[in-house]
Amino acid sequence: MSDAALPRLLADPAGAVTVDLGGHLALHGLPALGRHAAAGLADAAQRAGLHGRGGAAFPTARKLRALAGARGPLRLRSLAVVANGVEAEPASRKDRVLLSRSPHLVLDGLQLAALALGAEQTWIAVPAGAADVRDALGTALAERASAGRDPVPVTVASVPPRFVAGEERSLVHLLNGGPPIPTAARPWERGVGGSPTLVQNVETLAHLALIAARGPAWFRAVGDPGEPGSTLVTVSGAVPAAEVREVATGTPLHELVAGPFQALLAGGYAGGWLSPTAAAGARLLRADLVPLGATIGCGALVALPEGVCPVAETARLVRWLAGESAGQCGPCVFGLDAIAGALESLCAPRRPRRDPLPDLHRWCGDVAGRGACGHPDGVVRLVRSTVRVFAAELDDHARRGACDRCAAGPVLPLPPPHPPLPLRTARPRAGDGASSRRVA
Amino acid sequence: MSRRGERLAIDPIACDAHGLCAELLPELIARDDWDYPLVDGRPIPPELAAHARRAAAACPTLALRLAAARERAAPGGRRS
Repeated sequence: MSDAALPRLLADPAGAVTVDLGGHLALHGLPALGRHAAAGLADAAQRAGLHGRGGAAFPTARKLRALAGARGPLRLRSLAVVANGVEAEPASRKDRVLLSRSPHLVLDGLQLAALALGAEQTWIAVPAGAADVRDALGTALAERASAGRDPVPVTVASVPPRFVAGEERSLVHLLNGGPPIPTAARPWERGVGGSPTLVQNVETLAHLALIAARGPAWFRAVGDPGEPGSTLVTVSGAVPAAEVREVATGTPLHELVAGPFQALLAGGYAGGWLSPTAAAGARLLRADLVPLGATIGCGALVALPEGVCPVAETARLVRWLAGESAGQCGPCVFGLDAIAGALESLCAPRRPRRDPLPDLHRWCGDVAGRGACGHPDGVVRLVRSTVRVFAAELDDHARRGACDRCAAGPVLPLPPPHPPLPLRTARPRAGDGASSRRVA
Repeated sequence: MSRRGERLAIDPIACDAHGLCAELLPELIARDDWDYPLVDGRPIPPELAAHARRAAAACPTLALRLAAARERAAPGGRRS
């Protein structure tokens, strides 16, 4: 494979089948899993410029170093490593495709990280009900057991497909026997079983395995110098066929989504809308997308077709995201519900009795940054991008209510609502005598 | 007594919007539309340090505390 050849992660000459262990070794030429020193692996990740591919884009080297330092001077504490393949974002399928196509790359990355850190246990978390992933992983783990390629024990964990279940502290809480909701504890200090825990997205671990084998320079031969490498994207919506692709970072968005579309949602359902003009000038880079109010997130790009109402579609997304709150933090529980209600009122048959837009602006400011996790911030990003890109449509709805296109949807797919988690009970406002509300 | 460089920090999971903190320290704590406290993360002025400690001690769920101003905020917890 030449340095700049793509795909890397999804390389498979035989087509859409699972790469078995023999094929994996032949494709990638990965040697026996060496015991890299933690510092060496972290240095390689840093020189490669590897950032997490789960959504937060956290520098992988910093996580590895934090964990290496967490054992303490006497190395008395045990460590754990978790491969996060929960992929609870409805607009993303890339982790599922990676796990069902190239499970050995992910499992190699998991073992390399565990061996380098001296971890005693590893987990791989996958969405419950994803039969293709479960089958591919089961076969791969059996092949590896015969070949002795999993020296650190691996446990497969099926995770209920709730949006916040993919957040790393939620995942650790679930593996500890709790509900999949974030806690205050930082996993790299106190994670699974109380041990400092490295949680990495499955795609990040697959890149790490290739970097360990081929070196940082090979990784950087593809993609933008500032945010190097290849990355998986899921393109859906107004495209001929939804698909997962491995592309170089820095690829112009117009090469990924040909259009025509009304707007492009970059970063998944908690990402940000881009106008066709903005999308035409942007590349698949945080440096391009974040200043525009969007993000890369987990690489989900959703093209909104012409002919549907962007306000109604966004209202549905926000209502769904509000229902996906872990229900722990008041500003998230009540703020997201209020924001969803304001957007819904704009799409009611009659014009809203009072203009909800000033409230919408204020609530976005009040909710951002006030959750234990980033869930409310993601919803605020989506709503603020709607205000920016669809200002005229919002004003029109505020004056007249539902538009002609409101009934044309829904087009953006959403999973069915989940059974409620044990949620926060509201306290009555002082003096208003209202009884406590249960929020579901 | 007043240590320099402290700020108010709220654990958003523990906070249950009892509102005592905003009653006791309206100079530094506002309320949102659902009665949850809003703080801005700026250092506590020395003349309010004693009041801030009293407000933290009064929180029924121990959600309000005084943190070092340079302490990294919890992820996503900038405002709280």
